[in-house]
Amino acid sequence: MKKHLVELTVNGRPASMQVEPRQSLADALRGELGLTGTHLGCEHGVCGACTLIVDGDPVRGCLMLAVQAQGAEVVTVEGVSPKVGLGEIQSALREFHGLQCGFCTPGMVVVLHHLFSGNPQPTEAEIQEAISGQLCRCTGYQGIMNAAKAVAARHQSNNA
Amino acid sequence: MKPAPFDYFAPTSLEEALDLLDRYGPDARVIAGGQSLVPMLALRLARPEVIVDLNRIPALAGIAEEGSTLRIGAMTRQAMALASPVVREKLPLLHLGLENVGHPPTRARGTLGGSISHADPAAETPMIMLAYRATMVIAGSRGERTVDAGQFTLGTFETCLEEGEILKQIIVESRPDEGTGFAELSRRRGDFAMASAAARIRLDDAGKCVEAHLMIGAVAPVPLRCDAVAQALVGEEPSEACIREVVRLIDLDVFEFDNPEISLAYRRHIAPVLARRALMQSVTRARELRK
Repeated sequence: MKKHLVELTVNGRPASMQVEPRQSLADALRGELGLTGTHLGCEHGVCGACTLIVDGDPVRGCLMLAVQAQGAEVVTVEGVSPKVGLGEIQSALREFHGLQCGFCTPGMVVVLHHLFSGNPQPTEAEIQEAISGQLCRCTGYQGIMNAAKAVAARHQSNNA
Repeated sequence: MKPAPFDYFAPTSLEEALDLLDRYGPDARVIAGGQSLVPMLALRLARPEVIVDLNRIPALAGIAEEGSTLRIGAMTRQAMALASPVVREKLPLLHLGLENVGHPPTRARGTLGGSISHADPAAETPMIMLAYRATMVIAGSRGERTVDAGQFTLGTFETCLEEGEILKQIIVESRPDEGTGFAELSRRRGDFAMASAAARIRLDDAGKCVEAHLMIGAVAPVPLRCDAVAQALVGEEPSEACIREVVRLIDLDVFEFDNPEISLAYRRHIAPVLARRALMQSVTRARELRK
């Protein structure tokens, strides 16, 4: 099967990759571009670990073919994290026991980043909706909710 | 969990897409949002030789309004439709239903036409188009044809689309004078429905029902149209007691899908409850309209 050249923007930088049509976008980012922060869990759209931001929206990286990303602007967990140390969402997840094994964490960080960038002080319901497509088998979600609520509260007190 | 190899084409016009489907015949499959097809590829439940991607055809997406008629492009994303003020105002039932479709990341890619053409019995969008008695515009290399939503969905993952045809557009008539309601039960929010109900109701000045529609989803290969319930409501003032009474007319004998996760008995138990909730919601909204 013919490989396709895909040119796209990843974390603000131009990138290109040669992919088979059957490769998922998440697979190609990991395998071709070495961006292994994105985790592939179920590989059929159930778990949300591979969630990316594509053209401004969170999408399942395993349910988009890499060839479909021609010309797209993709942001991965690497793109929403500082080079050194932890970002505010990551710090809060650590502080509030928002992870144990950490496999779901890249997807959680990506959807929470997307939520907070459009809405710095989301309500509890808005946080639940934002993470509703992400499975976590360790925390029971309360730690993640507590972390996200703490970030929202910090934004509020910073604003006051 | 990796798809079998296939060739990929991304046409930029409908004509080009139809040509590709003609050329590859039964070896080709169309991809819309891919939120059902890609899992099927990954699980190798689908092994097409060729994928024809509709995502580069701008003419297939968007919602156009002509008076009370709404023309919805098949490639309109679920997230776009959910956020659309036109949908919220003119097709409130679609708005209510879309809140139950998957999660933000799947709605960002998933399309209305893709969901309707996939024809999953648990899917909300095909049921809502049946409730609205929408018209489906189908394109093929030999021209276009239109069919009623009732003739479009034929069974589980089965539609009237012939080889080489694509669902192009959905035409829906909006009714500003009706109340609508939607209720669904799933294990977790966004999961597949165990049962769902969609209702539309129109009341006269005296508060009596002049027209009603009720659909039950996820209990049979094709969403169930409950005409006996709808007819029983006409002429009545739809009180809660009245609605409790009429939902007994739902034909539970035609229910299917007895599986280890969700028993048939449970579906038969919850469907009338969901029907009552959807009808009550639609009556409440219809009464608000009369104020």
